[in-house]
Amino acid sequence: MKLAIRLAYRNLIGAGLRTWLNVIVLSFSFVIIIFMKGVMIGWDNQAKTDMTNYEIGGGQYWYKTYDPFDPFSLTESHAPIPEEFKEEIASGEMEPFLIVPGTIYPQGRLQSIVIKGINPRQTLFLLPSHKLDTITEAIPAIIGSLMAKTIKASAGDQLTIRWRDVNGTFDAGDIVITEIFSTNVPAVESGQIYVPLEKLQSMMMMPGEATIMTFRDSEKNRPAVDGWTVKNKAELTASVDKMIKTKSAGQTILYAILLLLAMLAIFDTQVLSIFRRQKEIGTYIALGYTRQQVVGLFTVEGTMHAVLAALLSAAYGLPFLAWMAKNGWTMPIDTSEFGMAIAQTLYPIYSIGLIISTVLILTTVTAIVSYWPSRRIAKMNPTDALRGKLQ
Amino acid sequence: MKKHIISIISFTIISLTCLSQPGADEILKKVEKNMSSDNRVFESVMTIHGNRTSRTITSRTWSVGDKRSFTEYLSPAREQGTKMLKLENQLWIYSPSTDRTIQISGHMLRQSVMGSDLSYEDMMDDRKLTDVYTSVVSGEEVIDSRRSYILDLTAKVTDAAYHSRKMWIDSERFVPLREELFAKSGQLLKRTNLSDVKQIEGRWFPETVIYKDILKQGGGTEFKITSIKFNQKIPEYIFTKAALKQ
Repeated sequence: MKLAIRLAYRNLIGAGLRTWLNVIVLSFSFVIIIFMKGVMIGWDNQAKTDMTNYEIGGGQYWYKTYDPFDPFSLTESHAPIPEEFKEEIASGEMEPFLIVPGTIYPQGRLQSIVIKGINPRQTLFLLPSHKLDTITEAIPAIIGSLMAKTIKASAGDQLTIRWRDVNGTFDAGDIVITEIFSTNVPAVESGQIYVPLEKLQSMMMMPGEATIMTFRDSEKNRPAVDGWTVKNKAELTASVDKMIKTKSAGQTILYAILLLLAMLAIFDTQVLSIFRRQKEIGTYIALGYTRQQVVGLFTVEGTMHAVLAALLSAAYGLPFLAWMAKNGWTMPIDTSEFGMAIAQTLYPIYSIGLIISTVLILTTVTAIVSYWPSRRIAKMNPTDALRGKLQ
Repeated sequence: MKKHIISIISFTIISLTCLSQPGADEILKKVEKNMSSDNRVFESVMTIHGNRTSRTITSRTWSVGDKRSFTEYLSPAREQGTKMLKLENQLWIYSPSTDRTIQISGHMLRQSVMGSDLSYEDMMDDRKLTDVYTSVVSGEEVIDSRRSYILDLTAKVTDAAYHSRKMWIDSERFVPLREELFAKSGQLLKRTNLSDVKQIEGRWFPETVIYKDILKQGGGTEFKITSIKFNQKIPEYIFTKAALKQ
């Protein structure tokens, strides 16, 4: 085996430019695949972290009729905060939200919105809810930058909102935008405004009521509470997992094309080597090599392309991947309207497992592609091969 | 003595004025008598004035009291054949393009009717004003050269859509000439202007109504009745779901 490796190395180096072209193409595949997979892992990590910080905390209790995808369910989705939660709420480990439908009138246009009541003193989310802790004639409200862009509003603007109280009676009032925040989670921005919880409860005539409860500690065992459904983090981030899975499946096509190009080059090189080196093959057999040993020699030679490619990738890929991990990949298009938790700049995360698995998979595929044309050697007549007779 | 005589005369004049002015409930009852009928068949043109363009929709409606009505949209081509059936507090809409009948219920009733300033719920509200509101006459005003009573209505039930209303009622014809709907906070939400009051079959009736969502830009929604007949014989099958697909 050692001899085979030495021979393969000598033959590859001897082949010069042809070998290096193959190695360069294969190394591109290495670097691009590791980079793209790293971006996916980075996106998954960023999306879940941002969702935890802005939307889901450590998990939530939903009132039984609450469905975030059905705005019509909001009117009925409220109930008094259960006694079981009050201790955690008092300690700041759980935050109640009241969510009701409403209408906003920016520049005389009518737009349906969701009005969310949030505790101004909460510390569970990175939302600037402390900006609601102010005394103004109008109702203080904070909105996301995406919402501000949609309704063309700036901090300090006053807008009219309309809502219906618990009995269905119309009410209206002015809000003043005290802060515009920025997040990568459109689900907490799009079509919604945040007002102080107690104010919203009083506006709706729903004192002490809430729609969802978000808790900080995801590890704690949560008991079932009558009328409330517990949603753990895995359930609440399932949409991100599905999205990443779909995107990864799409990327597989790109990986396949890259691999196909690299493997095509290696396959051609192998076929050409076997055709041009028939005399050499005959000599090996004459010297006592079995056919299988000669096949092995050529397979090792082909596989060594992958080893050289891995080394070359490490030479230029490691600095590149490290630089990308530090500075991130800023997407050329605006991601704020994608409707999913995605940052404008994604920071790839590379694990040892990712690098090892990618190298192993590519090396295995290269070995298979190298072995495939080498099987012809086994069918060769050694005497003819030694004579240099073309077969 | 002179002072006493002046006081007595003033008191008599004020008392007579008060006696000649009917009470708010009486005014509302007269309005109701004028505006409601056992049944009616009418054709109307609804023009929705948006910010940039206006849309006109024509329809024919059969209604019995306030509880049952059937509307067939006649134009434009996109809406032609669409039918709407209201029975008590239920509403169905038939769309010929999908050949399907859907029931508008719950929160869907809060949606706008064909993009107008009217919601389905506005159309569905068939409770008598006197059952929902307490009313007082707060003054008089001349509207379109007609002397009218101003009525302030305040909800006496908890589930009224509008907490208060203000109505201007023609003092001779007992037809509403204007109505304003207010939020609980006192914010004006909607204004309705009624005009082209004509005597039809012995009753005064406004043929043009302009609904305006005050918080929204645009010219409002103009609802003009082009022909109306009261107390007609309307076949019962009209008010069935089967009639929607015919």
